Amino acid sequence: MKSRVNLFGPRWSALPPEPDVPGRSLASRLGLRSAPLLAAVLAGCSEEKHLQTYPQTIYAPRSEFADKLLDLQNLITYLGVAVGLLVFAIMAYIMVKFRYRPGMPEPEQIHGNTKLELAWTLIPALILAVIAVPTVRTIFETQQKAPDNAVVVDVIGWQWWWEFKYPVDGGRDTVITANEIHVPVGTPVHLRLTAGDVLHSFWVPQMGGKRDLINGKTNHIVFTPNEPGIYLGQCAEYCGDSHALMKMRLIAHDSAGYREWLRNEASPAPEPTDSSIALGKKLVTQGACAGCHIIQGVPTMVGRTGPNLTHFGRRRTLAAGIVENNAENLAAWLRNPPAMKPGAKMPNLNLKDEEIRYMVAYLQSLQ
Amino acid sequence: MASTATVATPHHVAAHKAPTGIWSWITTVDHKRIGILYGVTSFLFFLVGGLEAILVRIQLAVPNNDFISAELYNQLFTMHALTMIFLALMPLTAAFFNYLVPLQIGARDVAFPRLNALSYWIFLFGGIFFNIGFLLPLFGGESQAPNAGWFAYAPITTRTYTPGLNMDFYVLGLQIVGLSSIIASLNFIITIINLRAPGMRLMRMPIFTWMVLVTNVLIVTAMAVFTIAVTELMFDRMFGTNFFNPAKGGDPMMWQHLFWIFGHPEVYILILPIMGMVSEVLPTFSRKPLFGYNVMVFSGILIGWLGWGVWSHHMFATGMGPIADTFFALSTMLIAIPTGIKIFNWLGTMWGGAIRFTTAMNFSIAFIAMFTLGGISGVMHSVAPADLQQTDTYFVVAHLHYVFFGGTVLGLWSGMYYWYPKVFGRMLDERLGHVHFWLTLIGMNVTFFPMHFLGLFGMPRRIFTYADNLGFNEMNMLATVGSLMISLGTLVFAFNLFTAWKRGRVAGPNPWGASTLEWSIPSPPPEYNFRELPVVRSRMPLWEGDPTKEAAIPHGRHEEDTQTVSFAGKTAEMPFPDDESKMSAHDLGIHLPPPSYWPVVLAAGITLTFGGLIFRPLDGALHNLWYVSILGVVLTAVSIYSWAFEPGH
Repeated sequence: MKSRVNLFGPRWSALPPEPDVPGRSLASRLGLRSAPLLAAVLAGCSEEKHLQTYPQTIYAPRSEFADKLLDLQNLITYLGVAVGLLVFAIMAYIMVKFRYRPGMPEPEQIHGNTKLELAWTLIPALILAVIAVPTVRTIFETQQKAPDNAVVVDVIGWQWWWEFKYPVDGGRDTVITANEIHVPVGTPVHLRLTAGDVLHSFWVPQMGGKRDLINGKTNHIVFTPNEPGIYLGQCAEYCGDSHALMKMRLIAHDSAGYREWLRNEASPAPEPTDSSIALGKKLVTQGACAGCHIIQGVPTMVGRTGPNLTHFGRRRTLAAGIVENNAENLAAWLRNPPAMKPGAKMPNLNLKDEEIRYMVAYLQSLQ
Repeated sequence: MASTATVATPHHVAAHKAPTGIWSWITTVDHKRIGILYGVTSFLFFLVGGLEAILVRIQLAVPNNDFISAELYNQLFTMHALTMIFLALMPLTAAFFNYLVPLQIGARDVAFPRLNALSYWIFLFGGIFFNIGFLLPLFGGESQAPNAGWFAYAPITTRTYTPGLNMDFYVLGLQIVGLSSIIASLNFIITIINLRAPGMRLMRMPIFTWMVLVTNVLIVTAMAVFTIAVTELMFDRMFGTNFFNPAKGGDPMMWQHLFWIFGHPEVYILILPIMGMVSEVLPTFSRKPLFGYNVMVFSGILIGWLGWGVWSHHMFATGMGPIADTFFALSTMLIAIPTGIKIFNWLGTMWGGAIRFTTAMNFSIAFIAMFTLGGISGVMHSVAPADLQQTDTYFVVAHLHYVFFGGTVLGLWSGMYYWYPKVFGRMLDERLGHVHFWLTLIGMNVTFFPMHFLGLFGMPRRIFTYADNLGFNEMNMLATVGSLMISLGTLVFAFNLFTAWKRGRVAGPNPWGASTLEWSIPSPPPEYNFRELPVVRSRMPLWEGDPTKEAAIPHGRHEEDTQTVSFAGKTAEMPFPDDESKMSAHDLGIHLPPPSYWPVVLAAGITLTFGGLIFRPLDGALHNLWYVSILGVVLTAVSIYSWAFEPGH
């Protein structure tokens, strides 16, 4: 069993949950939701271990939305497997019992049987009715209007990164970040999704189902995370060359942690603390970067094409979730973005290694 | 009359004088030759599509692979789907329609033989045109095959986001091959309605012909919708309209609706003929009639009709709202009922029978099992909320390959082994057939079963690579190994197909002891099919009334030089295959439509008309080459006029 590479620092799930947080259901904690799958695949594996091996699995739900979807998935898996086994068993019997053997009499020339036709029309219809009822119920339950206390995040999909906008201060202001979406545990989260260029699809499997980002349309997902943690997500609608590399992290905090994050994110970028960072700031904010990126508190950065970099240094990954955000990877990105991400809109700026070193220092200082 | 079983002496092909040479193939209007042309061409395209799949699988065998670039990968997965659907599977079914329908209904040819040839040539030229994008590196450019997925969602397909020729090849290529399908489907509908032999009421038709009728009604209507959608995209890309340009008020959702209104009936187009074929093979090798013929006909019609009402189950993640989601979830569940009915009727056909496990039978049985699995994952998709986790992941890739490969392809191979003796007068080698069968069946399950898990464990589709730490590595490697097994099986099959033609065991009129009309004439049939058009009194003309129904089935291991046995049914008055059947049409005084070169010329004109537009988006001198499209229009007009006034003798 492979151990998961720890890209993200201390595991959030190691922190104790807030007292009033509903948390994961008992069924989920006992691994009952994953049980059907795991029983079928491996005996005696826990949900935690499954999640470690498959970090994007749907079988580790961490929100009530994901719980409901998994319940339906398990129901149809049970029924589907049962029907499949039945049909296969009948076929196996037929192939053995009714083989041609030399000298056997001609088979009875039956043309049909009305009773059987009725039976195998009505019984599947009944099975489908059993599936239909919870299906329709879940459709309506999961598409209710978001409650008033929901945390709203506007999500805009771009080739090949995610823009997240948090209306704050009663809507008078907006905090903008990219590629890492932070949400509080225990509070409903309402995502309003739209596309900036082509179609994309927002998918964090452990939070629930996906929803497409479509030009000219606002789609909605409402879910309540029930356990702090870092959750992986990926674009799920073909969007061009680097569709495979358009990833994201969803980070669920306890409510105090979330407030702290939001407050920090709303603040302007910190000033440089030493000369190399200051030099890096000059290179970044007065160079080509200013044409595409914004850093709050730096008036020369006027670009709106690329991700907001105000607190870039705090993000765990870069280039939309594809590599860890460290000095080495950041330098490689600055050296040649299209090499890391085919078709990237950020061109190769032919920066010198010296320049890159200072720019890395500055960008990493943006905590 | 002649009710004794007789042994046909080992003649080779019937000694009537069929024209030979390339020109005779280019100008043929004989449905049998056109069927062979379709079959060979589409099988070659199947190999092309398979190669594209292998390249995709090699890229995905390990994480972070750089075997091929992202750009080329996107072209390969797009072309794999387009090639398989439009250039391999649909034309392969058309090959069977062409060859068999007139034989099964007791006719000499289709209603419009030249139109039939036209469909083939348009398909061939369109198929080549589609692939030209891949060949551009030969002219010093970059490969520019279509690259936005076979369903080509707007707005990435607009010129803003795909400035190159990729999607121009898509829209123009589809217009061309779409025309081929529409023309052919009209031909078949009219043939089946109008040219049945006396006494062949609709409910006496072979089940395969019934499914062909339903399928072709679907083709002519669904392709019409698709033509509109593709035309709108073509106008957006070439003439500055804004159907799908969001910046000017266009709506990406409209493309999805138009596409899937076509796209869902399309998948029934791909499976209904196969269901018809399997419904012919199973009774023959169970020595019992098809169980529930009436129900099988009506469920086929019902599937065709209900298939129009489920399209937005491809769009559950697009936010259509709970009422639309509910409607389409329920309608999709509903369509599972007639499908399930068919499965049970096939089991009922085999139940109580005397089953012979020839390769054709094996593929039909495997079809039932694999299509059941595909149907189960399909019902899983119908549960709209659960589908939000399944859609756009490898779970869908698993589902679609179980129904397309486990369904359509396995069924087609069953049909090939079953009817090849009729077409070529030779049996395919059964030992190689069993090798092909097991490699294919095991290979497809090794390839596609893990994909159910890959999808539910979080792997989206259409990604050129995946990260190392997501748990996808082993299952992807397994899928790649499986795909290599499938390739090996397919190569064995190709070898069998291309060698048995000359060296296979000679087949007589009815090597399998089957019951339908095509088995009453020599193999291969004479140019005119039936010396006298039969009068039909039963659904199974060759079985009803003859108690013995014994037919020695050639079996490589046990019998050498087995002669085939055939017999005339008491209730069908048809000529017994004899020396007279080997006389030429001319000698017998039978008038057949003469060959014509206007179909191939008109096909060239149509291809030039659409294909010439590929030069419009280019700059510089190359842009002016689009005038070849005007030349195509002229050629088209001249061809139609000449065709109309061509003498019929």
